[in-house]
This record gives sequence, structure tokens and C-alpha cells, in this order.
Amino acid sequence: MFGYYLDLALRSLKRNKALTVLMILAIAVGVGASMTTLTVLHVLSGDPVPGRSAHLYYPQLDPRPMQGYQPGETQPMRQVTWIDGMNLLHAGRADRQALMTGGRVAVQPENATLDAFYSDARYTTSGFFPMFGVPFRYGHPWSASDDESHARVVVISAELNNKLFGGRDSTGQTLRLSGRSMRIVGVLRDWRPNPHFYDLTRGSYNEHEGVFVPLSTSQDLNFDHMGGMSCWGNAGGGLHPSHTSTCVWLQFWVQLNSPAKVAAYKSFLVHYSEQQKALGRFERPPNVRLRNVMQWLDYNMVVPGDVRLQTWLSFGFLLVCLVNTVGLMLAKFMRRAGELGVRRALGASRRALFAQLLMESGVLGLAGGFGGLLLTFFGLWLVRRQPDGYAALAHLDPTMLLVTFVLAIGASLLAGVLPASRACRVTPALQLKGN
Amino acid sequence: MQIKPILSALRHHKAGTILIAVQIALTLAIVCNALFIIQQRVTQLSRSSGVDEAHLIRIQNQWVGTDDKDIGPLMKADLDTLRRLPGVVDAYATNTTPLSNGGWSTGMSLKPGSKGERTMTAIYFADNHTLNTLGLKLVAGRNFHASEVAPHMPHDTLQPPQVIVTKALADKLFPGGQAVGKSVYLGDKPSIIVGVVARLQVPWVGGWASNWEGQSTLVPRQLMMGGANFVVRVKDGQLGKIERAAPAALLASDRMRVIADDHGVMTFTQMRQDVYKRDRGMAILMGVICLVLLGITAAGIVGLTSFWVGQRRKQIGVRRALGATRHDILSYFLTENLLIGVTGVVMGVLLAMGMNQWLMQAFEMQRISWLWVAGGVIVLLLLGQAAVLAPAMRASRVPPVVATRTV
Repeated sequence: MFGYYLDLALRSLKRNKALTVLMILAIAVGVGASMTTLTVLHVLSGDPVPGRSAHLYYPQLDPRPMQGYQPGETQPMRQVTWIDGMNLLHAGRADRQALMTGGRVAVQPENATLDAFYSDARYTTSGFFPMFGVPFRYGHPWSASDDESHARVVVISAELNNKLFGGRDSTGQTLRLSGRSMRIVGVLRDWRPNPHFYDLTRGSYNEHEGVFVPLSTSQDLNFDHMGGMSCWGNAGGGLHPSHTSTCVWLQFWVQLNSPAKVAAYKSFLVHYSEQQKALGRFERPPNVRLRNVMQWLDYNMVVPGDVRLQTWLSFGFLLVCLVNTVGLMLAKFMRRAGELGVRRALGASRRALFAQLLMESGVLGLAGGFGGLLLTFFGLWLVRRQPDGYAALAHLDPTMLLVTFVLAIGASLLAGVLPASRACRVTPALQLKGN
Repeated sequence: MQIKPILSALRHHKAGTILIAVQIALTLAIVCNALFIIQQRVTQLSRSSGVDEAHLIRIQNQWVGTDDKDIGPLMKADLDTLRRLPGVVDAYATNTTPLSNGGWSTGMSLKPGSKGERTMTAIYFADNHTLNTLGLKLVAGRNFHASEVAPHMPHDTLQPPQVIVTKALADKLFPGGQAVGKSVYLGDKPSIIVGVVARLQVPWVGGWASNWEGQSTLVPRQLMMGGANFVVRVKDGQLGKIERAAPAALLASDRMRVIADDHGVMTFTQMRQDVYKRDRGMAILMGVICLVLLGITAAGIVGLTSFWVGQRRKQIGVRRALGATRHDILSYFLTENLLIGVTGVVMGVLLAMGMNQWLMQAFEMQRISWLWVAGGVIVLLLLGQAAVLAPAMRASRVPPVVATRTV
């Protein structure tokens, strides 16, 4: 029966080629557009540190003056000051913690054939690497005692190691950064969490550091700071963040392994705020937040508004394509009422007619889905040629591939069910009489 | 034309009629909003930056192995090198420029310290060559004197004795009043406004700065921090030449510097393209979506009407045999389509407004103007009529003799 229905479906589709092509194209374009945008959305809203993100938290404090404070309304600062960062770091209340900020250094290769170039840098404390599960190719992270002693050590990315040392083990070698000699202690494997969750002030996607330097050392050597800085009150003068100014410019992350520890840490932050208020540093009542990675990304709305807008629009687009297909298929099936009436009169059950018609829409859906898949690949290729930071990430993974096919077949079956169920309700006698 | 028989005929094709109307409604809603998004993006990317973009080059330069306190002489030497190049009109060094999407913003107040209300402004480091280099028009007051230009170290507080502001900022601070000679505060010490320029856009395009995109301040300071952005104005037709000659001359004078290969040297035309690339892409995408949607809807109408014509050949023949003219048949199908179209656009207008309401909440869009909706309605009704024309013509050519045939 299956083969026979398939044959019937193909014959019927062949009878009206222009219409068949139109229906297939409509499904393909609708599916292609929505899957392209959905894939981009899926990639952008993914978990940057799978398996760890639920235990990583971003404490926020509010050290600003009373002016402009609305209880319950005002969100605390998105970064911390040097003093608060250092206090929280040294309190050491979490399972792991790291204080960090972004920067830029000039890399001066020993190799005379290479000109000096800039590299993005991260100035951080030793907790960064174990906390985020950063994989090492060679060597190891620097130690807490390196932080203490302001050691001139550096960890470099796989990419920089390939560029400077051709991918060889470069640990122990000396690297000149902005005119200072640093010793390489570790080389990372390829590690690019997307979004760049730990510092969103430097662009959310595809901004990856080549160089990691102890925070204390970077301050000694006066390395350039790059990234967001917000100041308030009267100290908002300097461009270079200072350790005493009322400016936030550092990110502080903690790892908390159990819900009890999260609650304890939150009350610690409240307690800390009260203590600072008693000391006269803070003016506002305790205003703290403790968000985990996904909550933090959500709060910062890292997925660009344009991408979400495009996704909605393309699903509206798919809807129009489907309505279009339903209309055309309905007209087509209804026109064959005579033929269907004859089959009914000869003893075919309503269910058999329904199956036959559904087969026709299924074939259309399969063709449309395949076309949609091709268009999705084409669409993603177009997206990758865009200049946005996230563009390069737009690839179809197996999940989304499956979703594409399910969407295409489901959509066209859905589009087939209504017309088929209406068409197979023909009254055989009426049709035969009409003829 | 009698509408009643058309309506009763449509009652026999309920599902098809509703589907076309729904399709028209959805298309109208999406097309209106998409066109509106296009219009907003185009307005955004055609805003003037206020500078003479066609003749400007930006060079991002970083000195290597130099302490910030020793940068002064290097900057002076580099500026001399650039200004002496044949084909160069003028040059200056700054922290940032319009169209760069990165810079320094701060609050400006009429009272010292943090007491007064603060007005947002972008800070551009400048010297006495800046107005000439950027091609800014002074509408009141004067330019900076060379003696007022001073170095600014990264840890210094910024409170220069003189500033030049844009007209937009002056109007905001002193509504309807004379701004030149007045004092404003960036910190505790006053700055006197010595000049007002017609327009200078802030470095950020769109987003958070869109409410104050014209409020810029020039400070007579040279930032001594690692590197500098040199802005060079060239004579007519010299852009390509200077683009290569300027970095070469800088490197020839001193090799201890980094000028990045990719974005180190850029014309302002390239910068404008880069900074608005996403907006332009969005506008193009919306345009393509609109065209494809309209195409699909038109094709759907053609397809469905063709079926109806095929289905009613006999009835058409009977009408013709009873004396209906070809014109009667044609206008029957056109009117039928118009009825469906009007139902569709009425639903579509409601849907478009609802969608716009939702876009305003979720994506901070503005309220769509009635003009766009009205335009969309007209386009869709015309599209429907055009789409139905071919099948309707075919219907009108059905000969009366069809009525006499069975099957």
C-alpha cells in the first residue's frame, strides 16, 4: 500500500509541476530562514562552561553614594573596585575564587622576522585556571605564591604559542611584553568559552586573550587596562584605574559547590556590605546579588537583540509559508473530490484516503525539508561572512540538524493534515451524481 | 457589481478564503514592521558625524618600550612628521574619534563636584589643530590656543580650564542662552567654554548613546598613555597615497612602535562602513524577507485562484451563455479577491499594531507610524489584484459553449 500511495502522490505532484515547485520552495525557504536564525540563537545562548556553570557565581556589591538609590530597584554594580575585590579575594570564603580584569600588551617576538603586535591580555589571580577548568597543553598555572610575590610569569594561549614558537613546548622561555621580560610557565590548549562570560565589558563573543599575567604583576608593570570602568562621585577623573579611586573595573568570580555554600556566601556579602557601611566606605544599605553563569548572561542580555528579533521574524515567515502551503494543498485536494468520491464508492475507507493524501503532503515535506537544510547551510555560510564577533561560531551541530528535519516534516505534515482531513470527508454519492 | 452572490459563493470555499485572508494579514503585519525597521536603520546610518570624512585617515599607533611620562616628545615628533608630509592638510593626536564605537564618556555639570545634575557628554582629547583637521565649523567663540594644550597623564583628574563643546551640548546645558564664556564642571574645578562647534557626533553609534549622540566636548589635552590615535586630513585625491605614506613615514622616523596591520590605518569611509555594517545587514535582510514574503503571498493567491477558476469552468460557461460579458467575469474575480483582501488587511492592521506593541516592549522599538501601515495596506491590496489578474483573464476567456458539455 505504501508503495502504491507513494506512486499516486508522485503522479499527482507531477501533474502540476509549477504548483509543486512553489509549495516545496515555500517550505524550504521558511524552514531555511527559521533554522538559520534558530541555529545562531542556539549557538549564542549556549553554556560557555558546560558542567561548571552552575557552580560559578558572580558576586555584585553596591559601593555608590546614596544619591539615586531606590530600595529594591537599583541593581548593584556590574564590577568591583580594587579594594572590595582584594577584600573578597583575601577573605577566601568560597571553594575557589579569582579577581581579574582585561588589558592589552605589546608582544615583542625574539624572532626578528615578526613585527611587534598587540595581544589581548587577562590580568588575574591563580584561582582562575582551576576554577574555570582551563586546559593546559604544556606547563601549569602560576601558584598563589606567584601572586603574592608579583612574579614575572605568563601563561599564553595555544594560538599565540603557535604564532611565536610554532606550537613547541615554550615553557621556561622568556617573552617580552610591553618592554618587560616575562617567563612562560604554561601554554593552554584551545580554550575559547563563548560567550566570553567572565568579562562581558570586552564584547561578548570571540574576544579571547593571548596572554594571562598575574594581576599583581600587571599592576607593578603598569600594563594597559582595557575594558569597562565606571566611576562615581568626585574621583571619576583618571583614565587609568587606580587602586584607591571610586571606580569599578575588576571582575570577581567564585566557585560554590553546594546550595548551602551559596546561601552562606550571600549572607557573607550582606555582612561585608554592612561592615563597610559601618566603616563609612559604603553609604547604601546592603545591595548584593549572587548570580550564576547563566543568570549573569541572562541579566546582561548577551544575545544581541537583533538576533532574537531575526529569529522571531523568521518564524513568522515560516508561518506565512505554511499557511500558503495549506491553502494550496487544500485547493488541490478539493479539486480531486470527484476522483476521491469514486475511490470511496469503490470501497476505500476514509482512513485509506486520508493516508493517501497525507503521503502526498509528506513527500512535499521531505523535499521541502531537504531544500530547507540546503538553504540553512547556505544561510549559515552567509552569517559566517558577517563581521560580528559571534558570526564565526554559526555552525550546524547534530542537534540542530535533527531539529531542522523534524521541523520540516512536522510542518508539512501539519500543513497536510487539515486539507487531507477535509478532502477525505467527501460524500461519494454527491460527487458521483455531480459527474 | 453585486456582492451578495460573491459572498454566497465564497461561503462554499470557507477554508480557502480564510487561509488567503490569514496569509494576507500575516504578510501585512510582518512587512509593515520590517519596513519600519529598515527605515529606522537607514535613518541611523545616514546620520552625519560632523567631520570631513572623505578626507580623513585614522592611524592607531602604540609606542613600545616607553614609559607614559616620556611619550610627549615622541608624540610631538610624530605629529611634525605627519604634518610635513606633502598632501597632508593637518593632523592631531587624540584618544578616540567619531565612528570608532569606543571612547570616554562622563557627566558634565553646572555645579562643582557631584552636586549638580549631570549631562552626558563624550570627551575628545584635542589641540589647536583639531578643528582644522576634522573640518569642524566654529559657530561661536574661538579655537584653542597652542599655549592651552597640555599633557594629561593617565592618573590625572580631567578638569581643563578651557573646553569647546558642540552646539547640541551647549543648547542642552544653557537652553536658549549664550554658552561661550560660561563655566561647566567635569570635576571640582571650572572649565570655561571658549568655543562652540556646529556638530560632532559621539564615538558610539546607536545603543546607549543614542539619546545624546551630538553632545561632545573637546578638551585641550594630549593623553600620555601608551599610544595615540593620529587623525590626518589630506588634500583632494591624496587619500590613497597618504594611507600608505603616513605609516611608512612614522616607521621610518622610529621603529619602536606598533601600527596594527588590519585596523591600524583606516579611512573614515572604511570606519563608517565597519561601524554600521550590522545595521546595513539588518536592513538588507529585512528587505529580502519583505520581497520573498510578498512573492510567496502573490504566488499563493495565483495558485488558489487558478484552482477556483478551474473548478468553476462550468459555472462560468453557464453565466456566459446566459449573457454575462467577459468583463463581468473578470470583475467578478477581481471583486472576490478585493473582498478577501480587505478582510485580510483589516486583520493585518490589527496584527501589525499588536506586533509593533510587542516589539516596542521586547526590543525597544519606536511606535510605528500610520503612514507605514497605510502603505502596507495599499501594497498588499494592489498585489492581490495583480496576482488575481492572470487567472481572472483566463476565466473570462472560458467560452459559453462549455455550459453545454458534461464533465
